[in-house]
Amino acid sequence: MSESTNTIEEFVASDYKYGFVTNIESDTVPPGLSEDTIRFISAKKSEPTWLTEWRLKAFRHWLTMEEPKWPNVHYTQPDYQAISYYSAPKQKKTLNSLDEVDPELRKTFDKLGISLNEQKRLSGVAVDAVVDSVSVATTFKTELAKQGIIFSSFSEAVAHHPELVQKYLGSVVPHTDNFYAALNSAVFTDGSFCYIPKGVRCPMELSTYFRIEAANTGQFERTLIVADEGAYVSYLEGCTAPMRDENQLHAAVVELIAMESAQIKYSTVQNWYPGDKDGKGGIYNFVTKRGLCKGANSKISWTQVETGSAITWKYPSCILLGDNSQGEFYSVAVTNNCQQADTGTKMIHIGKNTRSTIISKGISAGRGQNSYRGQVKVMKGAANARNFSQCDSLLLGDKCGAHTFPYIDVQNPTAQVEHEASTSKIGEDQIFYLNQRGIETQDAVNMIVNGFCKEVFRELPMEFAVEAQKLLGVSLDGSVG
Amino acid sequence: MNPPLIEITNLSAGINGKQILKGINLTVRPGEVHAIMGPNGSGKSTLGYVLAGRKGYDVTGGSVTYDGKDLIELSPEDRAREGLFLAFQYPVEIPGVNNTYFLRAAYNEQRKHRKQEEVDAVDFLAIVRQKMKLLELPEAMLKRAVNEGFSGGEKKRNEIFQMAVLDPKLAILDETDSGLDIDALRIVAEGVNKLKRPDNATIVITHYQRLLNYIVPDFVHVLFDGRLIKSGGKELALELEEKGYDWLIGKNGK
Repeated sequence: MSESTNTIEEFVASDYKYGFVTNIESDTVPPGLSEDTIRFISAKKSEPTWLTEWRLKAFRHWLTMEEPKWPNVHYTQPDYQAISYYSAPKQKKTLNSLDEVDPELRKTFDKLGISLNEQKRLSGVAVDAVVDSVSVATTFKTELAKQGIIFSSFSEAVAHHPELVQKYLGSVVPHTDNFYAALNSAVFTDGSFCYIPKGVRCPMELSTYFRIEAANTGQFERTLIVADEGAYVSYLEGCTAPMRDENQLHAAVVELIAMESAQIKYSTVQNWYPGDKDGKGGIYNFVTKRGLCKGANSKISWTQVETGSAITWKYPSCILLGDNSQGEFYSVAVTNNCQQADTGTKMIHIGKNTRSTIISKGISAGRGQNSYRGQVKVMKGAANARNFSQCDSLLLGDKCGAHTFPYIDVQNPTAQVEHEASTSKIGEDQIFYLNQRGIETQDAVNMIVNGFCKEVFRELPMEFAVEAQKLLGVSLDGSVG
Repeated sequence: MNPPLIEITNLSAGINGKQILKGINLTVRPGEVHAIMGPNGSGKSTLGYVLAGRKGYDVTGGSVTYDGKDLIELSPEDRAREGLFLAFQYPVEIPGVNNTYFLRAAYNEQRKHRKQEEVDAVDFLAIVRQKMKLLELPEAMLKRAVNEGFSGGEKKRNEIFQMAVLDPKLAILDETDSGLDIDALRIVAEGVNKLKRPDNATIVITHYQRLLNYIVPDFVHVLFDGRLIKSGGKELALELEEKGYDWLIGKNGK
């Protein structure tokens, strides 16, 4: 441990030798991406040489790649040289009271039933010390440390547990994986790191909410979660409150590793700014998420509720390497107004008796376009592999679209792969039935949509599920004329 | 005599410009059970839909006063909140939506409308259990999704269950007997009878006399070609059973 600390210090010192010209005192680099920018970021974060080199390798590879054209989405490509790739966490402007918060934002908070204190925290209003989440977070960390669980920002992990980071970083999503993953590998600024030791069952849901120091992780987030033999962890990402951000492009990478008999449950609620009714503005959310079921009997389960972003490009996947390992993907994706989503999963069966389940619920409203894209691949050695996929689409109105692109590749004759798909519209008869019981049309639509998503919502931790239901209602607000 | 709960005066209505109801006159007072009988295509279900306010069914003439209000002016949900209940001929499935959750939402809409406090899940369950006992319904029904995968009989029983919980002033039962075997019919009818009180009223829409052996009407009306062509007491139903509709239609028919 002390040896690696020494090494870091050495490297921090040696970073300067690379002779980049950017002023190290400045908090923001000018727009543009070059090896110098990457060295600057790495030095700013006092990273060890191996990480700087890893970033540079990713960058050099990225230069040879092209932005994928196959997703069923249309947008203007970002100008990657016009982005500023580093800015130190900005001190958020502190407001004196909630009255200073954008009234539109407050209306949404109220609809979501977010408590006043929480509203203050989210919108940067100074909070009474007693309810400040800092104290909550501290208690939380002490509790985890007792069990040997490491849960910190990515930068902290690089400083304190470089051996773990070096061992696993890029082991599931290599820097060569895809255009956005390569870019992220080169320029990521922060994120989360989590390690659950052998045989430990993490006693609480881990949520970025408690990791306040990472409130400003920015547009290139990196998450790495390792569950050692027999460990269990449930991780929550995101927040139902609307997230506005001045950065249009978000390209995160999440890597999960489950050792023998370990289980990781990863739940996401994504509510980035979707743009206005005419499709102006909105976040491009290009995310690479992948889990490796490395050991026998391990299990990785993805649950996502995607309601935000102008464009979503996201395929949380599982590589089922260990024998008897299991992968699950439960997804609700909503596109309203001009939103576009191309999302799904990949289940790669390598080990024997591996099983996977895919439940995807796509909801399109307004002029929204929703595509499910999923791959089930059974390799030669994956005897008795099983997959069940169900992809349901629900249409609200007649200007939206639902598309399904399933890819199935089976190389072992003992495999069983099932795929079910359906497309339906909310029926006038359903609306009238609910109206006749005293429920008005928008509430009726929300009720029908929530019923449609039930199989996914029940996979979410209780509190998250309640919030997700409300969020769905807000996302579909005004979808009925 | 009690003031009328609903007073339908010269009501005309249709769908897509096609006239279906051609001047209905009907007065229902609290405590009464009215049966509306008639052959297929006479406009029975349309009458139910028009009173409940279904989109696409346009009122072209006449008026409906319900509990002192202009019914036609009210939205479908407000009619429901004002205590008008339609038991559907074909109850609709709402996949994934829990029956109890749905019913509590409906119940609370009614309470909000009356400026009463909403009822929480625990208190609501107590109310619901009591109604289930009254109607001898299995509790499993509470845990299922609204009508999803229900048999025809279960769907009809679920309608009567909802009616019991929402406790309407005026219930319109649209062909509640269709698709029921004799045992299911008896159970459903007994439920309706148990819910009958001096301050509520029921309109039973039916094709067959059979249901009226169980739900005994005070008045029977025959609907044909969009008009009520004959009214009488419960004995009219028996006469229809014996002679069919032809003898009436012959007299009034086209």
